[in-house]
Amino acid sequence: MNRYKLIRFGVWAAAFMSAATLFIIIFYILVNGVPHLTPDLFSWRYTSENVSMTPAIINTAVMTVLSLLVSVPLGLFTAIYLVEYSRASRFLTFIRLAVQTLAGIPSIVYGLFGLIFFVTFLSWGFSILSGALTLAIMVLPVIIRTGEEALIAVPVSYREGSFALGATRLRTVFRVVIPAAVPGIMAGIILAIGRIAGETAALIYTAGTVAKTITGVTSSGRTLAVHMYVLSSEGFNTDQAAATAVVLLVLVAGMNALSLYIAKKAVSYEQ
Amino acid sequence: MSSKFEVKELNLFFGEFQALYNINLQFSEREVFALIGPSGCGKSTFLKTLNRMNDLVLNCKITGDVLLDGKDIFSAIDVNVLRKSVGMVFQKPNPFAMSIYENIAFGPKTHGVSKKAELDEIVEMSLSAAALWDEVKDRLKKSALDLSGGQQQRLCVARSLAVNPEVLLMDEPTSALDPLSTLKIEELICNLKTKYTIIIVTHNMQQAARVSDKTAFFLLGQLIEADLTDKIFSSPKDKRTEDYITGRFG
Ligand SMILES: Nc1ncnc2c1ncn2[C@@H]1O[C@H](COP(=O)(O)OP(=O)(O)O)[C@@H](O)[C@H]1O
Ligand SMILES: [Mg+2]
Repeated sequence: MNRYKLIRFGVWAAAFMSAATLFIIIFYILVNGVPHLTPDLFSWRYTSENVSMTPAIINTAVMTVLSLLVSVPLGLFTAIYLVEYSRASRFLTFIRLAVQTLAGIPSIVYGLFGLIFFVTFLSWGFSILSGALTLAIMVLPVIIRTGEEALIAVPVSYREGSFALGATRLRTVFRVVIPAAVPGIMAGIILAIGRIAGETAALIYTAGTVAKTITGVTSSGRTLAVHMYVLSSEGFNTDQAAATAVVLLVLVAGMNALSLYIAKKAVSYEQ
Repeated sequence: MSSKFEVKELNLFFGEFQALYNINLQFSEREVFALIGPSGCGKSTFLKTLNRMNDLVLNCKITGDVLLDGKDIFSAIDVNVLRKSVGMVFQKPNPFAMSIYENIAFGPKTHGVSKKAELDEIVEMSLSAAALWDEVKDRLKKSALDLSGGQQQRLCVARSLAVNPEVLLMDEPTSALDPLSTLKIEELICNLKTKYTIIIVTHNMQQAARVSDKTAFFLLGQLIEADLTDKIFSSPKDKRTEDYITGRFG
């Protein structure tokens, strides 16, 4: 029974440490960042004096939307194919292997690929477009994997019920299975948004580090995370970098909350 | 009585395994036909042959003929038209994750009904026919998953009725329900008989005796005997049928 107590303590301690670590990080960011959150930091235009993050916030929003526009349809259709249409085959094994491999690649490698392919080969230069497509490829495995899991989680009996009414596979998938899988799919998109908003390595060599608000998809621009990275690596504005971290934290948390809210609304049918 | 469904020399294989052996059976219009037999004897498999749900099983191979109104269901009828004519209610209630209304409207929409007024009418008629209308008419927009198990099963019956079928297949429709809900479904079956051919798989002898006109006894993939329910239960021809009915069977 002492061993039992020991295990219980171990489990409790592990849980406490995880929670405490998270808490300390958040606390640290807030303590260091909040005092430096000045109105200057939110000026409409960036100058080297105010190091405003407003352009970076706008760039982040555009970057996120663009990446999702490409990765969500592509990823979901892949997941739908894998779960609903494919039959065990070598081709299927190959796709799964490719997806798994993509998921394990460090983001800097995506950055270098983007540099070689989008920036140089397609001559798109450092641009939001190059960055967004690089990130789209990067989050594709996330969307595919979570999409697959969400579809697999829909009971087979739903599909049977639909087929038994004379519905085609297409109608069954799009009208019965996917609506039931929305929460899981949303969870995947949230994960993807988190990775896009937090990414730096894959963007520095594809979207560049220009601190201004982009004027089009071909202009270079830095996202909030890149902005923070540049500020802290330059070493002149570490306080402002901490303030930026606070905003990044709030934005990501806000986005997650929003996505969860949407997911909940979309599935008020589920129990 | 004219024959609605006719099954001739049906053999069914899952890969190497033969699940049904040379089945010959006829189902008439407006009758309740019960299929009984021990677990794993092929009742569900047989039922799923009639609306071609076995098509979904990869290695399933079928020989023999199944005729619906004299037409071969494997070659002369489109599979989705067949499934519209031959509805199915499953063992476990399986309403979709949609509102009650949308659950019922799904089938008619599948087959081209799009006018709101027409759908409204179908929804009310189907729910009434399944004896559920009064219980749900004030919450048609609510999720079907919030209904009780018995209500969900009646919803599934209503959902099948909404596409205007001729035959209703039911695979142990009350095995997941409490006695009261079971009673309601049985009453429902007796009412629906005036319009539909109903083929029901059941584990429950009393249920077969209560609701069916005819009964077929399956054993290890073979049809042992089929006759009027009264005859099967009072004077079965085969010793194995008698053993099963009297409960002397595994
Ligand atoms: N998809 C399948 N693949 C292989 N064998 C199956 C499949 N479905 C059913 N069987 C087998 O066919 C036999 C009949 O099953 P089933 O029709 O479900 O029996 P019942 O409904 O009478 O209990 C069983 O031996 C079962 O294991
Ligand atoms: Mg069965």
